[in-house]
Amino acid sequence: MRYAMAIDTLKCVGCSDCVVACQTENNVPIGYCRDWVVEVTEGTYPQLALENRSERCCHCENAACVRCCPTGASHKEEGGIVVVTHEKCIGCAACIQSCPYDARYTHPDGYVDKCTFCLHRVNEGLKPACVSVCPTKCMYFGDLDNPESEISKVLKNRKWKLLIPEAGTDPKLYFLV
Amino acid sequence: MREEIIISGRMNKGVDPILHAWGWEIAVYLFLGGLAAGLLIYAGFYAIRNKEKNFFTALKIAPMFVPFFLIVGLMALFIDLHHKLYFWRLYTTIHLNSPMSWGAWTLLVITPLSIIYAVLNLKTVFPQFNFSNKYIQYLSFTIEKTEDKTINWNWKFKWMRDLETFLNKKKLILMWALLIYGIILGIYTGILLSAFNARPFWNTSVLGMLFLVSGLSTAAAFIMLISKDHEEIKWFSKIDLAMIGIELFLIIHMFMGFLASTQVQIEAARMFLGGQYTFVFWGMVVFMGLLLPALLEIMELRGYKINHRFAAVLILLGGFILRFVIVYAGQSSRYLY
Ligand code: SF4
Ligand code: SF4
Repeated sequence: MRYAMAIDTLKCVGCSDCVVACQTENNVPIGYCRDWVVEVTEGTYPQLALENRSERCCHCENAACVRCCPTGASHKEEGGIVVVTHEKCIGCAACIQSCPYDARYTHPDGYVDKCTFCLHRVNEGLKPACVSVCPTKCMYFGDLDNPESEISKVLKNRKWKLLIPEAGTDPKLYFLV
Repeated sequence: MREEIIISGRMNKGVDPILHAWGWEIAVYLFLGGLAAGLLIYAGFYAIRNKEKNFFTALKIAPMFVPFFLIVGLMALFIDLHHKLYFWRLYTTIHLNSPMSWGAWTLLVITPLSIIYAVLNLKTVFPQFNFSNKYIQYLSFTIEKTEDKTINWNWKFKWMRDLETFLNKKKLILMWALLIYGIILGIYTGILLSAFNARPFWNTSVLGMLFLVSGLSTAAAFIMLISKDHEEIKWFSKIDLAMIGIELFLIIHMFMGFLASTQVQIEAARMFLGGQYTFVFWGMVVFMGLLLPALLEIMELRGYKINHRFAAVLILLGGFILRFVIVYAGQSSRYLY
């Protein structure tokens, strides 16, 4: 099993509902966020191209954060979801330094925090909060190893890109273009 | 035109707008770690080669400072941890992929070893301390009192005397251990940073060597600073000159590597070639901390009357600023957008 997420940049309107849903679902402390929306504008008026991307931890296959963590607090759960065990984390920030996507932050309680792909929901067969709340249904979540899964199909039929794959972490957050 | 903005607003503390997960604590730790490593390497190296007579400061006095440097460095590191009560988790596992993990284990070995070596040297370094001194009086718990109120360093308990004899017999092993662990510690401080592929400025294997050599150079400067033996000072100022030469080569080597690499590394180098770090780096680290002291040392070796302490202080300062610049610049260099 290899969980991944795909975001349709052509459908996303940048409403940031995913950000709020995550903050509510995961009790993210005020002033912090685990996901965020980037808007890219290209061209000159009236010839403008717009791309909206909902971004978060990419749950990298070759996760630099897991490699650099001295205690094993950052680790991979089944399905390749990268999570931090709070009781093992010493708050050294090595993982923050090693993430090319700046997807992590130090929680005010001291441990390091980030997107978990809503592991607690996934374990119950639900989709991550951001995916299930998106009003344009532009996000897909599922198992890459299952050819019948929604995400496998959409990645087969659409053009997609990865963010800074040259950083070498083999990210699993796909952007449909 | 191309414009990228985070429209949902992201201001995670310590991450936005510019990454600042590590501050002065890490720089202080890297500096002290490098200095301690250098001192232990010299002590180990010259003890193994039986140079006790020639280099009394390097072999006996300077190592007394090492436990102090290491402990202050570790304290700085500890201050930097955000989940402090869980720090013992470092020692429930070992991850060879994580430099921080094996670095933590290295420190767990080298700190006690350096303390042992310092204690074994007490007898030689402080042969006649006055017992009436009120701080030294506390030592009478473990040391036998003498008639004339000087310290004899005769331990009160038999097991302590036995231990001392045992350790003195195994001193050669101890010195080899200090030499090897000193080298590991010296390189580790650089590898710690170079292992982060997400920060292009750190992501160069030159950094391990650069920190080791800078550690050796600051350690030589420290020995020059506290030594009173002219021959020893002269010798260490020669070593220091060699280290400065290697350091300058490594710095050029590092920037050549950056400029011949990918866009992110070219941009990382640009921070130092006209960018925000140009002055601190070339002015304060390279000129004030390397070239100027090198010049002073050369002039002194040629017979001019210059106080060697001046060059030594400049080198220590330069090494200190170098760690700061690298810790901060690395966090400003990135892959993103
Ligand atoms: S995006 Fe960053 S935090 Fe997430 S798995 Fe990759 S390296 Fe780790
Ligand atoms: S901050 Fe926590 S999760 Fe991150 S590397 Fe350190 S111990 Fe691991």
